[in-house]
Amino acid sequence: MMALFVRDVRLGLRAGGGALVAVLFFLAVIAIVPFAVGPDLKLLARIGGAMLWIGALLASLLGLDRLFQADRDDGSLDLLIMADRHLLPVTVLVKCLAHWFVSVLPLVLAAPLLGLFMNMEPKAIGATTLTLLVGTPAITFIGAVGAAVAVALPRGGLLVSIIILPLTIPVLIFGVSAAYGAMDASAAFLPPFLILAAITLFFAVLGPIASAAALRGSAD
Amino acid sequence: MNSAASRSGRWVDIANPTRFLDLAGRLLPWLAGLSTLALVAGLWMSFQAPDDYQQGSTVKIMFIHVPFAWLSMMCYTIMTLAALGTLVWRHPLADVSAKAAAPIGAVFTALALITGSLWGKPMWGTWWVWDARLTSVFVLFLMYLGIIALNRAMDDAAKAARATAIITLVGFINIPIIKFSVDWWNTLHQPASVLRAGGSTIDGSMLRPLLVMALGFTLLFFTLHVMAMRNEIWRRRITAMRRIAARGAERGRAE
Amino acid sequence: MMDSHTAFVAASYAAAALALAGLVGWIVLDQRIQKRAMRDLESRGVRRRSESKADKKS
Repeated sequence: MMALFVRDVRLGLRAGGGALVAVLFFLAVIAIVPFAVGPDLKLLARIGGAMLWIGALLASLLGLDRLFQADRDDGSLDLLIMADRHLLPVTVLVKCLAHWFVSVLPLVLAAPLLGLFMNMEPKAIGATTLTLLVGTPAITFIGAVGAAVAVALPRGGLLVSIIILPLTIPVLIFGVSAAYGAMDASAAFLPPFLILAAITLFFAVLGPIASAAALRGSAD
Repeated sequence: MNSAASRSGRWVDIANPTRFLDLAGRLLPWLAGLSTLALVAGLWMSFQAPDDYQQGSTVKIMFIHVPFAWLSMMCYTIMTLAALGTLVWRHPLADVSAKAAAPIGAVFTALALITGSLWGKPMWGTWWVWDARLTSVFVLFLMYLGIIALNRAMDDAAKAARATAIITLVGFINIPIIKFSVDWWNTLHQPASVLRAGGSTIDGSMLRPLLVMALGFTLLFFTLHVMAMRNEIWRRRITAMRRIAARGAERGRAE
Repeated sequence: MMDSHTAFVAASYAAAALALAGLVGWIVLDQRIQKRAMRDLESRGVRRRSESKADKKS
């Protein structure tokens, strides 16, 4: 399993591009926001956490269709499915973690920098980055289901996003409310944050099982 | 109701599509007739119903809005059961049922949203509020559309069935989470203008037409569902027959 | 007040009638297409596999 993780990470890094493009996309989305809402620094500071979340959500959807696509193209996906029929969910889990490590973690790391653009306070930036760190794996796990379902489709990328976005609403809600909780004294930080962590753990179980089932279906 | 009861009773019998076609042919006139009857009676009763002292004539929208909302949820439940049938029992009709139900459910959900919006405008003064219930139904609508899009995007019927079934099941597991999170989100930013419509107590003069309308629309749903399932079975047979015909023609040429 | 509300009631009933009529029309049209295709194939002597096993024709 560790070998698979290292292999996937190495492949992802060597393919390069992907993570960088996602970070650039994130940057572009955040850069557009002030043009849409005006350069009012107070307003930007208030909506900053929400904008960072939306940007990260959209950017992390970008690379999702490549989660299984590359493996399918060179045939190693069939090998993975054949090799350990019963452990396929674990394999998928490891692949998701590797994908998150390569293409989503850079987004989380870029978030503090982009938070500065939004005129956010250090504390708010820290809280938002923390919620992103905890919440984005859930997006990857949900996305894995979509990627697995659409793996046989030639142009599945957009379809995956359409199917996945409604399912990510809980992650977005609790991520943003936790981020606000840290900013605003009247709102709580810990309850939404803990629920966010619970959602991530829940999808860490559900996502790999469902996508393993989908992958088996597409292989037959 | 009718077909659901008989479906669970003689599960194995109807597994055979030909038997299903027979049964559908016998059942459909009754279903269609009964649903027309119930809908006409329900319409008449709802026009006879008195206006609400608070909401005026707009309360009449309730008689169609509530059945649509209820059917949008029931349809998704049926699709989830069908998805289980596809994945666990590999039931040949489950996939047909899910595929036929999706567009009908999407139409009912859209109607629930439209009528709700038309009810909200005179009552709340706005077409749309980000109320917990409205938002959940809207998400449900998006999921219907995603499922339909996914199913249409795949050529291979068997693969499309499995893929759609998995997404349907994941969506079904997700619905309580979405509902809960939307409720939470809504208590955080509670809009002040929302007027809690009505109370939990509905007068009998309102309840009776509502129940008849709900029954009528439920029967209508099953009529349409069985018809769409029959169409889908025919469509698949025709594709299979065309393939056989093409193969036969090819063989004839080769000899 | 009441009159302006009647328009909303009428609009919602009209929307429901229109959408349901469209749905019913679509399904009935689909049914007609499938039935015609079925008759067409049968008149050309194409049989389903399960039927052609019973009476070997060609």
